[in-house]
Amino acid sequence: MLELEFMRLALATGAVIGVLAPAVGFFLVQRRLSLIGDGIGHVAFAGVALAYLADLPVIATALAVAIVGALAIEWLRASGTAAADQALAIVFYVGIAAGVVGVSLAGALDVQLFSFLFGSILTTTRMDFVTVALLGAGALVIIALLYRALVAVTLDEEGARVAGVPVAALNVTTAVLAALTVAISMRIVGILLIAALMVLPVIAASRLAWSMRSTILLAMAIGLGSVLSGLTAAYYGDLPPGGTIVLVAAAAVLVAAGAGRVIRA
Amino acid sequence: MPLAVELRGVSFGYDGPLVLRDVDLAIERAEFVAVAGPNGGGKTTLVRLILGLEEPTQGEALLFGERATRFSQRSRIGYLAQRAQLGVDAPVTVREVVSAGRVAAGGLIGRATRGDRTIVAEAIERVGLAPLADRPIKRLSGGQQQRAFIAKALATQPSLLVLDEPTTGVDVEAQEALAALLDELHRQLEVTVLYVSHEFGAVERFVERLVLVRGTIVFDGSPSDLPQIWHDPSHAHA
Repeated sequence: MLELEFMRLALATGAVIGVLAPAVGFFLVQRRLSLIGDGIGHVAFAGVALAYLADLPVIATALAVAIVGALAIEWLRASGTAAADQALAIVFYVGIAAGVVGVSLAGALDVQLFSFLFGSILTTTRMDFVTVALLGAGALVIIALLYRALVAVTLDEEGARVAGVPVAALNVTTAVLAALTVAISMRIVGILLIAALMVLPVIAASRLAWSMRSTILLAMAIGLGSVLSGLTAAYYGDLPPGGTIVLVAAAAVLVAAGAGRVIRA
Repeated sequence: MPLAVELRGVSFGYDGPLVLRDVDLAIERAEFVAVAGPNGGGKTTLVRLILGLEEPTQGEALLFGERATRFSQRSRIGYLAQRAQLGVDAPVTVREVVSAGRVAAGGLIGRATRGDRTIVAEAIERVGLAPLADRPIKRLSGGQQQRAFIAKALATQPSLLVLDEPTTGVDVEAQEALAALLDELHRQLEVTVLYVSHEFGAVERFVERLVLVRGTIVFDGSPSDLPQIWHDPSHAHA
């Protein structure tokens, strides 16, 4: 398997995504915003359609549109214009509708589109890997630097606001990180499945961990393990990688829930 | 030296009828004040105005002499919100909760300094939770959890400590212990304490001043001067 360059690229790119997605997802899950990744994924789909229509680079366009969508969700939520679930629904449906119409107009309902939606082992290029590695590393550095402040907002948003923590700026940062994660993950996991990789490892980790710090680190390890084992299973079983990775992560949740019960018994 | 808290002719309504009307309140530094009154009487609104989370419809709210909504030294405020509890699924240790209270004062970016860690450890020690510092907070009793949240408020090294309904969900014994702890902290740290609750029995013997709120301030003075009828809980809840 490793003698094939496309697999080496897929595994290396997947490793970055496997670590990054749960690290970003951790802050969404803890704030009961687990479905935001899904909403942003649907907006990124509109970005893919726009890229086809205007002949623009797909990842960069999807990233730009996903960031706009993420900021729209955060603005609707924070301003109280719509409740969190309604804000998500608005962006979710506009994203998927714009995506379907745009792709249809571009005449791009093809296999390549399918790979963006659900992931593919074969499509990752060296340039993709370099892009994902640079953006992923940047995002992880931002999370590491802002970890304490992000935790403070996660634990008590109003208390943080009273104390003078720039809550709005940190919420925007989290939304942008989520959009970035969705956009750079679409080659491997697919934009319709990446949200699962942001959420499931965190749920699994929280069943086993003993602190916030151990939860995020364990979630990153579970995410990495899910991607690497999912890609391997996809290669040998000729399965779609996104779906296989997500099923492995879901299995991790079941195993962690059982193990957690045994540990706490 | 400016007052810790000053409200001048403050009225406030949430896009409708006024919740608070013509409130004048001056709280000196290092005072221990209880704000009490019935549920729906405007206590939490009063707290939000004091903290600068809401702009008065009329009048002026000042914190340490500055307009409350634009207060520039927010890390001087220690705040325990109403029904303070963790909304997160992940296990969170006492130390992590308290450390979150240090972020604004200690700096947002990078790791906590040794000084920050020492201040966090001292705050945990002050509330008597040192042996439980690395235990998930959800495994502690209601009273112990409230102590952890108070330690979080203390970690800012506040000049003003505001506690909104700190005894919600806490048994009577723990309420008494909490009141004694606040009295001790007030005397040791010389911090201004604003204790907001629908009933004030637990802190009555410790506070220097009692403010009763029912849409406006209906009593402001020493608890010993309070007419007997106000001690009747049925009156307070009326």
